[in-house]
Amino acid sequence: MLSSFGITVSTISLLLSLSLLYLSYYDLKLSNNKISKKIYKFAFSQILFTFLSFITLIIAYVISDFSLINVYENSHTTKPLFYKISGAWGNHEGSLLLWINILVLFSFLFLILNKDKNKNFKLYTIIFQNLLISSFLIFLLTNSNPFSLLYPTPTEGMGLNPILQDPALAIHPPLLYLGFVGSSIYFSIALAALITKVDSKSLALTIKPWVSVSWTFQTLGILVGSIWAYYELGWGGFWFWDPVENSSLMPWFLMTALLHSVLVLERRIGLYSWVIILSILTFTMSVVGTFLVRSGILNSVHTFANDPSRGLFILSFLALMVFSSIFIFFKHAPVENKNYKIFSKESFILINNWFMVFFLAVVLIGTLYPVFLDTLTGQKISVGPPYYNFILAPFLLPLLFLMTSGPKHKWISSNVIGIFNIALFTSIILFFLIFLSIKEGGLLLLLILLFSMYLITQTTFDFYETFKNKNINLSRIISHFGFGLLILSISLNQIFSVEKSFNVRLGDEKNFQNYTIKFNNLETFSKNNFKSVKGHFEIIDKKKITSQNLTPEIRVYNKPETITYEASINTKLFSDTYLTMSNISNTDVFNIKFQKKPFMNFIWFSVLLISFGGILQFSRFEKRA
Amino acid sequence: MKKKYLVIIYSIAIFVFVVLYLSLNKNNVYTTQENIGKKISVIQLDYFDKPGEFNIQEISNFNFTLLNFWASWCGPCRKEHKYLVELSSNSNLKIIGVNFKDDKKNAMEFLKEMGNPFFILTKDPEGKKSVNFGIYGIPETILINKDLKILKKYVGPLSTKDVREIQRIVKK
Repeated sequence: MLSSFGITVSTISLLLSLSLLYLSYYDLKLSNNKISKKIYKFAFSQILFTFLSFITLIIAYVISDFSLINVYENSHTTKPLFYKISGAWGNHEGSLLLWINILVLFSFLFLILNKDKNKNFKLYTIIFQNLLISSFLIFLLTNSNPFSLLYPTPTEGMGLNPILQDPALAIHPPLLYLGFVGSSIYFSIALAALITKVDSKSLALTIKPWVSVSWTFQTLGILVGSIWAYYELGWGGFWFWDPVENSSLMPWFLMTALLHSVLVLERRIGLYSWVIILSILTFTMSVVGTFLVRSGILNSVHTFANDPSRGLFILSFLALMVFSSIFIFFKHAPVENKNYKIFSKESFILINNWFMVFFLAVVLIGTLYPVFLDTLTGQKISVGPPYYNFILAPFLLPLLFLMTSGPKHKWISSNVIGIFNIALFTSIILFFLIFLSIKEGGLLLLLILLFSMYLITQTTFDFYETFKNKNINLSRIISHFGFGLLILSISLNQIFSVEKSFNVRLGDEKNFQNYTIKFNNLETFSKNNFKSVKGHFEIIDKKKITSQNLTPEIRVYNKPETITYEASINTKLFSDTYLTMSNISNTDVFNIKFQKKPFMNFIWFSVLLISFGGILQFSRFEKRA
Repeated sequence: MKKKYLVIIYSIAIFVFVVLYLSLNKNNVYTTQENIGKKISVIQLDYFDKPGEFNIQEISNFNFTLLNFWASWCGPCRKEHKYLVELSSNSNLKIIGVNFKDDKKNAMEFLKEMGNPFFILTKDPEGKKSVNFGIYGIPETILINKDLKILKKYVGPLSTKDVREIQRIVKK
């Protein structure tokens, strides 16, 4: 029942999208300057039916309707309600439906929130957006239908992979999708602006809120994914340069670049084409990421089943999108004259853009190079953290420095601002205090420490300034402060991390550095959907004379049968103690991995601060508009 | 000038897309397709519901044998099961099932619900013996002739096309 209802509703969404294309195209030719009422009505029905299709899928998950292949393959009656719901987007087909919902949501919001904009500009945006919507709906209905019927109906489902049953991961896809699928709207706006020759100021003002919103969600989505990896995957790290993580980071670099260059465009002409290119590239990178994840050409933790037909569709769509946008760009791009001074704010913002493009290039090459090499020569390699750290780390120095001093410069002026100021002085003193207590770490790491502290102190001073001067951009200060704190916390985390593995038997005691680990007890129990072996360990810190109990677990889930290793993490303000345990088959020996991870909370908190800056930026815009 | 840039950008884009297209068709998963044409080695499998072992050598008594690896927890196995039932009516072909890492009760329920196409049913509860056949995931189906030679290997669920192919080979 739900199957045919879902298919009907999605088909109606597709028809509505095609009608919107026709209506908007027809409306372009009419000479009045108001968009026809019909378009609003259709857009409203479109969002209604699209939401309805998504709700239908969620209901199918909630009532465990296994006549849908999708529900059968990804759910189970004993699963908690929360994970039944999140299971709806925890797979390829369901998440594609979420994709489409977000495309439609942004299209609808754009239409109703921009009542006063140029009519043709709006119509073209709606046309481009609906081209995207209808393509993805066709993909959904023909290739990846979440409503496909399974007959005979099984009585029980296969269950959701237990490592995906996690609150952080349940909200990770919606957040990330609001980010990078949200970037579709400025892709459409940019193309529409080119065709209708909209001036730079209104382009900047139209794009800006969407960039802030998608950037904020993208940042939060990455954060949540990273927290999940830290707690659930049991590696004790928070970023692995996994190709799929990279796919979320690449659009983020471009969004960050866009966020900055839109500020210039709003005030001055000169970056018009650049902003258009960035807008087009951001969504393109999002689709590239989707292609890499869904086609199965990469091996990664995000194992969507390998299905070349999906890859072929996304690749053809991507090719069409890229070739037509390049064509439209070259046909309509205006000629620009650059008129800014070297030491003005514009140039610093542009330097930010070069950094972002450079980071993007490094990550893109690191992600695609193994694929290209394998295809062209058959050689298999993997590019890992050493490559990224080696290339990216040195560039953090100038980036941190420019993030500190760049914003102090004025628009269009070319006065050089003195770099020796109280903030630098304070940070050098702080740096030496820290240095005396660590006395380790390479030169580069120490310099990064110093520069990040300079950024932190400078932004703290700037923050006090805002009480005197209301015109200072608070969102910039908070995001830059957050970034400084992030780099500082990561560096300190690198320097102070302790990691040690042992093979232990019950009753063993191991001593190393300042720590003693005692394996006190082993307990086995079963729960609804898994059996568990839980170790009780006592960790004694001989220096601080404290002890804590950690209980890592090995869980054997039954639906589907999977073994997961649950890390036991004791989180304190300044440091996490992290213990994982795995069994060695046919012996009574367990392998345990002990990790001391300082400043983890600061890493999470700093990313929250960065995205909070984005939220403020958005509310600032709301007030002005 | 504009045209020159356009040509350069288009050429780069075309190159990238061609490579990505090629990479799509390149299977980066470990395969055992090279086993085709080789003789199957002597392996013993436990019977599913009686004590004792089935010796793969006994296959030489049948004209053609289809070795199918399946489990009740495997969704694609459910999809292909109707094809196995269809093939089981062919007198020239015997289907031997290997129940892979499964729960006995669930497996029996599965066969009760979907039909039992297997001439002989064996089990591999730990998935260790299946490794000898190059099985790393299920469903997988191997077509073997009288001389114990592997004729075809189907990784993933059988399709209508596969079934027609098997029928064609077996009839010959």
